[in-house]
Amino acid sequence: MTARDPWLSFARHTPARIALGRTGASLPTAEVLRFALAHAQARDAVHTPFDGDTVERDVRELGFGTVRVESAAPGRDAYLRRPDLGRTLSAESRARLGALKAPASDLAIVVADGLSSAAIHAHAVPFLSALKPWIARQGWSLAPVAIAAQARVALGDAVGELLHARACLLLVGERPGLSSPDSLGLYLTFAPKTGRSDAERNCISNVRPEGLSYDLAAFKLAWHLKEALARSLTGVELKDESDLLLVDGRPPAAALPG
Amino acid sequence: MAFIHRVGAKSYAFADLKELMAKATPPRSGDMLAGIAAASAEENVAAKMCLAEVPLKAFLSEALVPYEADEVTRLILDGHDRAAFAPVSALTVGDFRDFLLSDAATPQALAALAPGLTPEMAAAVSKIMRNQDLILAARKCRVVTRFRNTIGLPGTMAVRLQPNHPTDDAAGVSAVILDGLLYGCGDAVIGINPASDSLPVIDRLLKLMDEVIRRFDIPTQSCVLTHVTSSIALMNRGAPVDLVFQSIAGTEGANRSFGVDLSVLKEGTDAARALKRGTVGQNAMYFETGQGSALSAGAHHGVDQQTLEARAYGVARVFEPLLVNTVVGFIGPEYLYDGKQIIRAGLEDHFCGKLLGVPLGVDVCYTNHAEADQDDMDTLLTLLGAAGVTYVMGIPGSDDVMLNYQSTSFHDALYVREVLGLKRAPEFEAWLEKMGIAGADGRLLPADAHHPLLGFVADQAA
Repeated sequence: MTARDPWLSFARHTPARIALGRTGASLPTAEVLRFALAHAQARDAVHTPFDGDTVERDVRELGFGTVRVESAAPGRDAYLRRPDLGRTLSAESRARLGALKAPASDLAIVVADGLSSAAIHAHAVPFLSALKPWIARQGWSLAPVAIAAQARVALGDAVGELLHARACLLLVGERPGLSSPDSLGLYLTFAPKTGRSDAERNCISNVRPEGLSYDLAAFKLAWHLKEALARSLTGVELKDESDLLLVDGRPPAAALPG
Repeated sequence: MAFIHRVGAKSYAFADLKELMAKATPPRSGDMLAGIAAASAEENVAAKMCLAEVPLKAFLSEALVPYEADEVTRLILDGHDRAAFAPVSALTVGDFRDFLLSDAATPQALAALAPGLTPEMAAAVSKIMRNQDLILAARKCRVVTRFRNTIGLPGTMAVRLQPNHPTDDAAGVSAVILDGLLYGCGDAVIGINPASDSLPVIDRLLKLMDEVIRRFDIPTQSCVLTHVTSSIALMNRGAPVDLVFQSIAGTEGANRSFGVDLSVLKEGTDAARALKRGTVGQNAMYFETGQGSALSAGAHHGVDQQTLEARAYGVARVFEPLLVNTVVGFIGPEYLYDGKQIIRAGLEDHFCGKLLGVPLGVDVCYTNHAEADQDDMDTLLTLLGAAGVTYVMGIPGSDDVMLNYQSTSFHDALYVREVLGLKRAPEFEAWLEKMGIAGADGRLLPADAHHPLLGFVADQAA
């Protein structure tokens, strides 16, 4: 009943859904259901409640200090409708960060649910685990790691500013695609302060085992942070040249040169 | 000028035409985000009733975005054709809806009227039209454009074949082009959104598409959807550019956020036409638009997003494009929250574009953080097919693996042709038959395991 497409072997060249076959004008049953499952997983990734308790516990077990914050968005629905609220700290969170009177540090790390809490649940702790040796080797001082709920990328600006950090690294669950529901994004901003534009950040995208590996992402982030602290900038003027240091496609084991 | 409308004992005041338009717009999240939406359902309808009584002429004397501050307003008002406007110049917005749905509004009458209408007039009347009105009136508007084939003839619908790949891989792109062609898609354009901005990469993609079009003598055109300045640079280096692409919006400020103005769009149009690569016509531009882009750029002037979208069509039409499409559900739920809002906006955009004489297609689409799914897309696609949409997107299995959103698929195009009897561009339909892909009735033939197109992918992979 269903016609197969004789070019199925070309599917190895692309993740796109080619050679699906057809029944009349329509998709075969198995493809309709396979698509529905992928969409369900992407939807769940957006709406799965952020498990801040577990993320905080696991981050502490890695040896990092932590602090919990949330944006001004009161719930997921408001978060999706009002991107401005997701970029703003709640008054209570502002007060909490201010009360820490954090000493000056090189880096503030923010773990933000973004549009995929599934990405944070799956990849934030393994990535931080890969990043930790680089922080130790380079001798960077750290502010407490902020675990941020209902948060968008620009929330990191206020967090980094209140924690008196020279740079802010924000881990965020990226907008889920059908073929990548749990992709982690990394945003690095030098001299974080409210009002920074996206052109003033560097982004490392698609961190997950099927995309950019934890080890490679940690190396790239360390390279960017070292350059950012040395040159006092991030953004469009900081071009990624970290690939020049790779050895057979793998990051160097030792500290960064220079 | 202020407006007042009474509902029973209550009276609603609207400070100016801009506020009246925003409050009369069917509810959507983007206008709420901008803080300009009606505060209640009753206020929304009161504004519609008030707007219905406004003379169309009012839009010629009261600019929603100031004339002095915005080159798009100047383009619209300076280019307005008063002679073409004459037949409707005495009508109110409400009368105009009645006219559009009347037997007097023939395809010929509407085509003659288009240069006399401003985008604001089209937007205003759309706000008091129901979905069925938007479908019926749009269906009567004929906009035909040509490059290597003829797009927009009555009873036809074209498809953009969108072979995106996360790393612009030649074999990957070729595999999707083959998949689309063998599913009978690609008459609007073979159009790639590149993952990279690098000119050498884009040059390679242009050559790849040029080769497949030449080798198999396909009556269609190609496009890499990159910035207009990149296309100009590539044309200067001799790259095979058919259509020049650009995202555009309805205000000067929003266009600046895209890095363009009217003069660079003209430069791109002139450069593409000078190459004379079209065989049956020289409509050489491809524009994309979408409600919410001006708000996103902080350049909306307090005007509602649907009116600004119609103004983008006012920009598009002066460059006589082959194709224009709204990416209706792409920008996200902060502008169009759910399937209902996406469907309404898709029908509004299509109607306004067609009424203004623009060859409007629709990227029937959604993101995974919007409250929408395939059922909503089936509904909108079917409604747009009934409305005579110029073209839709064709993406394998609906899943764009580069842009991370869902649009219409090659199968969806087959579905809507089957249900509504829509044909492809005639030159392309004839090619499919010649190549043994479709029969004389336009229906796909059983797939041939040794079709010559398969060899092209094997060559790219080698």
